[in-house]
This record gives sequence, structure tokens and C-alpha cells, in this order.
Amino acid sequence: MTTRMVGEPVKRVEDPRLVTGNGRYLDDLGHDAFEVAFVRSPHAHARVVDVDVTDALDVEGLVAIYTYEDLVADEEEHGTRVAQALPLLIPHPTLTHGRTQHALANGEVNHVGEAIVMVVASDRYAAEDAVERIRVDYEFLTPIVGVEAARAAEHLVHDDVPGNVAARMVQETGDADAAIDAAPHRLELDLAIERSASMPMEGKGVHARWDADDESLTVHTSTQTSTSVRQAVAAKLNLPVDRVEVVTPDVGGGFGVKIVHPWPEEVLVPWAALRLGRPVKWTEDRREHFVSSAHERGQLHHVRVGYDDEGRLLGLSVKFWHDHGAYIPYGLIVPIITSTQLLGPYKPGAYRVEFESLYTNTVIVTPYRGAGRPQGCFVMERTMDAIAADLGLDRALVRERNFIQPDEMPYDQGLIFQDGRQLLYDSGDFPGSLAKLKELVGWDDFAAYREQARAEGRRVGIGMACYVEGTGVGPYEGGHIRVETDGTVVVSTGLTTQGQGHQTMLAQIVADELGVPFERIRVTTGDTRRFKYAVGTFASRTAVMSGSAVAVTARAVREKALRIASDALEAAVEDLEIVDGNVRVKGTGENGASVDLGAVAVLSNPLRYAFDEAAKRATQFAAPADPDKPPVAEGESPGLEASQFYSPPRSTFANGMHAVVVETDPDTADIKVLRYCVVHDCGTLINPMIVEGQIHGGVAQGVGGALYERMEYAPDGQLLNASFMDFLMPYASEVPEVEIDHLVTPSPLNPLGVKGAGEAGVIPGAAAIAAAIEDAEGITIRRMPISPSELFHLRLENQEAGS
Amino acid sequence: MKPPAFTYHRPATVQEAVQLLDAHAGEGAKVLAGGQSLVPLMSMRLAAPGHLVDINHVAGLDTVEVTSTGVRVGALARHSRVEHDAAAFAALPLLRQALGQVAHPTIRNRGTTVGSLVHGDPAAEMTAVLAVLDGEVELVGPHGSRSVGAADFFVGPMETEHADAEVAVAATFRRPPAGTGSAFVELARRHGDYAMCGVAALVTVDADLAVTGARVGLISVGAGPVVVDLGPAVSGSGGGVDTPRARELVDAAIDPEDDIHATATYRRHLAHVLTERAVAQAHEAARGTRRSAA
Repeated sequence: MTTRMVGEPVKRVEDPRLVTGNGRYLDDLGHDAFEVAFVRSPHAHARVVDVDVTDALDVEGLVAIYTYEDLVADEEEHGTRVAQALPLLIPHPTLTHGRTQHALANGEVNHVGEAIVMVVASDRYAAEDAVERIRVDYEFLTPIVGVEAARAAEHLVHDDVPGNVAARMVQETGDADAAIDAAPHRLELDLAIERSASMPMEGKGVHARWDADDESLTVHTSTQTSTSVRQAVAAKLNLPVDRVEVVTPDVGGGFGVKIVHPWPEEVLVPWAALRLGRPVKWTEDRREHFVSSAHERGQLHHVRVGYDDEGRLLGLSVKFWHDHGAYIPYGLIVPIITSTQLLGPYKPGAYRVEFESLYTNTVIVTPYRGAGRPQGCFVMERTMDAIAADLGLDRALVRERNFIQPDEMPYDQGLIFQDGRQLLYDSGDFPGSLAKLKELVGWDDFAAYREQARAEGRRVGIGMACYVEGTGVGPYEGGHIRVETDGTVVVSTGLTTQGQGHQTMLAQIVADELGVPFERIRVTTGDTRRFKYAVGTFASRTAVMSGSAVAVTARAVREKALRIASDALEAAVEDLEIVDGNVRVKGTGENGASVDLGAVAVLSNPLRYAFDEAAKRATQFAAPADPDKPPVAEGESPGLEASQFYSPPRSTFANGMHAVVVETDPDTADIKVLRYCVVHDCGTLINPMIVEGQIHGGVAQGVGGALYERMEYAPDGQLLNASFMDFLMPYASEVPEVEIDHLVTPSPLNPLGVKGAGEAGVIPGAAAIAAAIEDAEGITIRRMPISPSELFHLRLENQEAGS
Repeated sequence: MKPPAFTYHRPATVQEAVQLLDAHAGEGAKVLAGGQSLVPLMSMRLAAPGHLVDINHVAGLDTVEVTSTGVRVGALARHSRVEHDAAAFAALPLLRQALGQVAHPTIRNRGTTVGSLVHGDPAAEMTAVLAVLDGEVELVGPHGSRSVGAADFFVGPMETEHADAEVAVAATFRRPPAGTGSAFVELARRHGDYAMCGVAALVTVDADLAVTGARVGLISVGAGPVVVDLGPAVSGSGGGVDTPRARELVDAAIDPEDDIHATATYRRHLAHVLTERAVAQAHEAARGTRRSAA
């Protein structure tokens, strides 16, 4: 009997290739291609008065220099749309003042790093030489940096956007203000989270080749959505979609930044390839990635909360300001997620949330792993801790009293989520998860440990944070599976992969559903030549969406295989099973009549020509057939293959709870994470090892966001730490060992019972670590991240306030 | 992040290197040794020397020698070689104590100790080690060779006393008096980062284990390494180092600045705390030298 693959910690089939340096990333392609570099604005806010390229013209290897005017001329000459602003990808009725950038600046730059001139040269060295010699004259405008400056609106980022406000949105359930005013206890909190960024190891990159004879364009790009890039490029370049294919090579991480599209370079590089008739390539360098891709997280929150004597929420009102940077191509997804997922596993009583999404002269803000949830979690969990402190209650107890109970599932929070559907939790057992977490970390014994450490002159503290994460958002994903005549099973899905182990995880599902050995399965993702309909990889959706899609596709292939085999084996379909890639009659064991799937694939395709030995079996004189029936039966098609789609009614909701133990140095204010415990519920586990790897990576980014990473913008809009020397991502030496326990509450929404796991680990990091530091220090923490220097100054302020 | 064009030279001798540097001084000629600072600066186009004089093929520079006066480190000795040299450690434990905190192993495998000194980053550990040990750097130029003591060598941030056409061929870390223990303590944001503050400490005790001298070298709190003689804080017979007095001495000598990782106030605080810790460790080590000698 075949071992069931789903649920097994199968080693990743990707790893031997990737960890031995044999991956093929964007920059590994096209060594014969022309290369691109950009003149990018060194100023945060300015009008471009003049571009003088004279000195660049004699750079050896220069091929072309393009400015916005060239894009305009191209529109007039060729009917393209390359000069128009880039698309606003996700419109929303409240997004009344959406502004997006142009591929090359059209007279105004709104952040340091915005592209003004594109240089194409024989190689990147020559391109950078030319860039260095191009002179741009600017007329300086006042930069607006940070939420305070944006909402003060003494100056505007875009002249036609009053107050710097792109959108103002309110959602409410009940009369929160009245509930808070009537509550026996009330608190107000101001909370802040600063900017970080996805920071994949590989930046963005695009390679494009125009085949003039075939009139076709092939684009390779380091993206999280090849199908949508294909549509966008075809639209921008005025090409029939049929003549454009987009392929993702190996992608060295995405974490959200590569779901945005088309990036200016994804329009400009294919366009240059088309006009120059030569392959053109651009590989983003690290400094470019810092100043011209995307950041996330920066928000300020004001919370009003009312609660009873036992700490139960009666009313919650949150107003927050979201800094979305210079443009808003990805719409309001991040603040909508913050405003809804803030509620976590709790019943808030009456809830009102209002946000403003504000323009600033900084890099754009788009989803980064967690996508607005770390901020929401920070706000809700800080509020829970503040209530516990106010009432002198155990922090876990206050949470428990506010939990939605398992028998209340599915639970409707009464809000509209990021997918435009109800915020309806499908599953979860929050009291069960909390009990596991308290056990794992030793919550109830910690007070004694803290006292003992105090006596030794050490400061230790514990904190916890809970979250609920809507994952696997729609609208759909699909799968295509074909069994080749040698028994190889070829699986395609349209969304892309960035190193998560999709090839392994999807193959495990197909192995079980189809009954074939795992080793015979080959999975392709993100290649529009193979699969043209897909959405993309974001929102922890691959296992839910493509996992379910390949499962239902495998079932369809299985049915077809059984139909064909029932003729060959002269047995009824109901009596057949597929084991180890062989169709056989149930109960006959290995010695009974069987036919392998490769042979079924041969039989599925009636042939005239025997191109190899196997094919002979399917030729017209090979076997007796009913002379009165067509060789391909009505309703069937040749080939043992199928394509199916999966489209869920709404998102599925994963959840988790983290507890952290920290130690702070009484003298240096250095902060160390001693223990990091995770209880995680993503429904059915397809591959526990991959899930735990996702949690580890998420926790690492959570620790980064709590203690190390921040985008340091000067008031003039210069990013002061645009390098890995000064933007501090945690090393292995800073990431604690992660202790994990799972609780499995399967999702009722999909055939596998799975919920997403990709983003989970990062969400509660800042909230849990802030709580632990607060516990160790006895100092209220209201903003994250926090450095030793900041903790030292908090101590000074606290001493002054106390004296 | 691609450097502009430059001419690459690969001399076989120090003399040839000096001639190349001298001949191209007007076009910006730089010595390439480990390249751990220079190459990134060139890739970011923050430095654009017209000529690179690669000394990696010059014979006789990849040396670590223990002499009667100290440890002499040649220009091509990588940090990791100095760190793991048993004789150098026996003579001057402070070298290994500090080098273990210089960046990461992969950087130490290429980066050279002398190169780090010549680069003169005020956050570089080895600048404080050279300074606190009162060492010197040997320079060879078109007009001959000279030695410059640490006190004169570190001029300012990223600025050291050497002429464009000079090659730093070695640095000598001087052996302190018998009965001296050492320690290097620093606090960095992440393991291997440039420290927010770091302290190299030397404490000397006599045969009766009484402290006779104490000295610290601090990084990241001034334009270069800051050496503070804690002699005035050494209390009378048999005593140790007086902490409040040591703080005053350190306070008077340092001039930290704010940056994105730490405020000046915090660095000043760290200078106090880390000095106390480093001196305590060095003191303990000094007692150890006497015990093992006894």
C-alpha cells in the first residue's frame, strides 16, 4: 500500500538544486542581453526642469537613453500606453484620490529613487557610467515625510490631493462610542509601528526578448504573478496577449513586494527589447531595491476602549493613519487588513474603525508578509495588556475572557474583508490554542522565575500575542495535470513560487489524490506558456488555492484513468483502484491484473503512427476495438490529462498565538530573546516540515521588525540606511530557537481542510516582544521597533517621571 | 552597483607597488589588500580610484611574527590568521579577544588587519587594540620607510597618517609589561556589526596582585580610537580601579555622536558600563598571569 504523502515531512525536492547553487535566477539569464540602469531622483520632492544627456553620449557601449518624452512619442507613433500612469491595481470606492507613478517621471518626482531616465548599454558597467554623466536640473519642492507631516498637510505631495488623503474609510458594528462612554472602565492609547520592508535576497529583475519573425515577446521576471504581468505588458505595449508569454525563473524570495506589478521596469525593459530588437535585461541592485521598490508597516493608531470589571470588551474605537508613500498602486489592501484583522480572536463589543491613507514623499507601501496584520495585532494586543494592567488581571485571562468560543464558529465579525467578502471566521479553537501555549511556555510558573531572576540582578519578562489571519483569498487558482506515456505526471499551476517548497507540497497532494509515486511527479509554477489563468502568490494562498485546485484536478485525471482502464481490464470502474501508479482491480493485490498509468496514457490517445514501442499499443491495428464507435468517445479528449479550477466562497482563517521570554541588560539595555514559543493552527498540515520552516522564517522577520529593522528617513526624505550595513535584518545569531506546537482545526471551506501558513510567523512578533520587554522593565511600550538605545532613553524618561 | 573603470596593477614587490602608487598618485591610486571596505565603496561609486595596486602577490607580507617587543603583523595577514595564530595569542591575548568580534568569519578570512588599520574606521576594533598597546605602523614610500606610532597614525574618521604613495607593510602591537591582563568588550546591534561602543582594556598587577596600571582604548566614541590612561583611577596599595574616577576620565576623553543606531548619550553611558566590564575582565586576567607565573 502506498504511504500517504499528505501530512508527511517530505524533504523538499527543490533543495538539492537550490542549496548547491544550481538555481536559475533572473540574473543568471541573458548574458548576451543589453543591460539597463536608471537615473533615479536623489531628491524626495522636485520638479524635473531639464535632463541633459550630452556628456553621456560618448560612453563606450551606450545603446539608448530614454526619458518620459520618448514614451510619449512612442504612444503617438505606435499606439502603446507606455507613457500613461501605471495601473491602480485594486480600486475601491473610498479610494477617491488614487495616484500612481509613471514608468519614467513625467515632470515631477515624489520620492528619492523614482526613475527619471532609462539607459540601455552593452552591459551594466557602461550603463552606470552613462547614468553618472546625465545631468538633471530640479526645482525643489517641500518634502512631506512621516504621518505627522502628511496629516498636518501644510504641504502637499500631489497638488490635486487635498490634505494628502488618498482615502478615508470607516467600518463599524454597533455604536462603539456610546458603548465605550457607558463602560465602567475606559482607556486611550497611542501606538506606532515603523516602516520595514520585504527585502528578498534577490531583488527585482526583468529580461525580455522580442522575436521579430514570430512577432512574440518572452518576458522573464522575478514576480509573484506572471499571468497578470503578461496581461499588463500586453496592454501597455499594445500587443495581442497571445503574443506575450511571461515566465518566472527561480525567484529568490518575494514576501509581498513582487506581487506589485507591473513595476516600471516590467514595462520599460520589454518595451526597449521591442524597440531595439535585442534582448534587454535589468537586475535591480540592493540600493535600488531600498529606494525604488516598496516598504510597509508605518502606521499611527489612536485607540479608545471600554470594558467591564472582568476585562471584557464592551466597545472599541480605533482611528489610524496609514503612510502609503508617494503612490498607491496596490490600493487600500494593507489598511483594510489592519482595520479588520486587528480584531484577532476576540469579540470587541461594538467596534468602529476609521483610517486615512496618506501620501508622503517616500517609497510606496504595498503588502509585506503579514500585510497590515502585525500592526493590527500590535494594537489589539497592547490594548489587551493595558486592560490587564489597569485591572490587575493576568494577561492570559483577559484574552481568554474575550475569545470567540469554538461553538460560535463560523463567527461573523460583521465587517467586510480585503477580498470584498464577509469577515467570517470558518474555524479555530482559541481557548484550546491558549491552553497549549501556556503549557508550552510555562506561563503560570513564570512569575516565580521572574522573581528569582530579579534576585540575581537579572531582568526577564514574558509576553504573548494572538492573531487570526485570513488566508487563501480568491478569486481562484487552477491546475493542469497530464500523465505522460512513461508514467511521468506533469503538474502545472499558474501562480508562482519564491522558494516556499510548492513543488514538493503540490506533488504530495497529487501523489495521494492520483495514487502515483511522489518521485514521478513534476510540478511547474508561474509559467504562462504552461498555464494561463491564475491570480498570484500572496495572502498565504498557495496551499489553499493551488493545493485545492491540483487536488480536484488529480481527481478528474483519476476518473479518466479509471474509465480507460476499465475497458482494458474489463472491470467496472467502481472495482478499480490506483496504487503506486498502477490501476488494478480492488482486492486482487499485486498479482492481479493491472495496467500502469503510462499505458493508460498510451491508450487514452488513439494513434495512427507508432513513434516508439509504447505507442504501438495505441495504433489502429494493435487491438480489437468496436468498429462502430469513434476511437475517441464522445465527451472524451485524447490524452490522460485534465484541468480544473478551485474558487472558494471566501477566505479561510488561520490563527496562532506566540509567547516570548526576553532578558534586558540592566546596565546596557541590550535586549535578548531567550525563548520564542508558537502555537499554530493552519488546519490540515500538508508538509509539517515546510510549515515549520515557514513559521521559522516568519518569526525571524517578526524579530527583525520588533528589534532591528526600520527605514530611517531623514526629514528631507533621504533614506539614511539604504544598505544591509545599516538596515539591520537579524542574522542567525539574533533569531531565537522557535518552539512550535500545532493545533489542527481543519477548514470546512476546501477539499483539503487547509488554511494558509506563509505569513503567520511574522504577525505577532512586535506585539509579543513589546509585551515581554514591558514585563521585564515595568515600562510601558507604545511603539516598535525598539533598540537598546531607545530602551535606555525610555528608562531615563521613566526615572525622571518617577522622581 | 558596478564600479567605474580602473586600471589594475599586480606588482611583485613592495618597491614596485610604491612606484606604481607614486606614478599614478594624481589619478587616485589605491592599494588593494583584502578589499573588504574598498571594493564595496567602489561598487557603490563612493570611491573611484583610477588605479588599483593589488599587493596580494607581493612576497613576504603574509606574516605574523612574535618578537621580543610584540607581535608584528604583515600587510597580507588576514584577520583570521592573526586571530588563530597560537604564538600571537600567547604573547598578546588581546589580539584574539578583539578579532573574534571583527565582523564575521567570511570577512575575517579576506580582510587584513593592517588594511583595517589604514582604513581608519573609528568603529574598527583593531584601531583601539593598536592604540591601547601603543603600537606602530610601518610605511614604505618613494623616499624610504618610516614608522608611525598609533597616537599619530589615526588622524580622523577614515583618515590615517600615510601618504598616497606609501604602502603600509606591517603593524606592530607592542607587548605590555609583565602582569598585564587584557579584555575586549563591545556591544553591537547584531553579532558582527560595528559596535555602538567597544572597549579594549589592559590592567597590570604586581607580584602582590596590586594594580599598578590600567589603560583602555575605546571605539565608536570619537574621531578615532580613544585611549584613556586610567592610572589616576588606580587606588592605593592592593586596590583596584576606582569606578567613578574611571568614568570621569573616560567621560573627559570621549566625544560620541548621534547616529541612527545609538544616541551620543547612550554611547557615553555604554562607554562607562563597558569600561567597567572590560577593566574587571582584564583585572581578572592580570591576576591569572601572576598565578600561572607563580
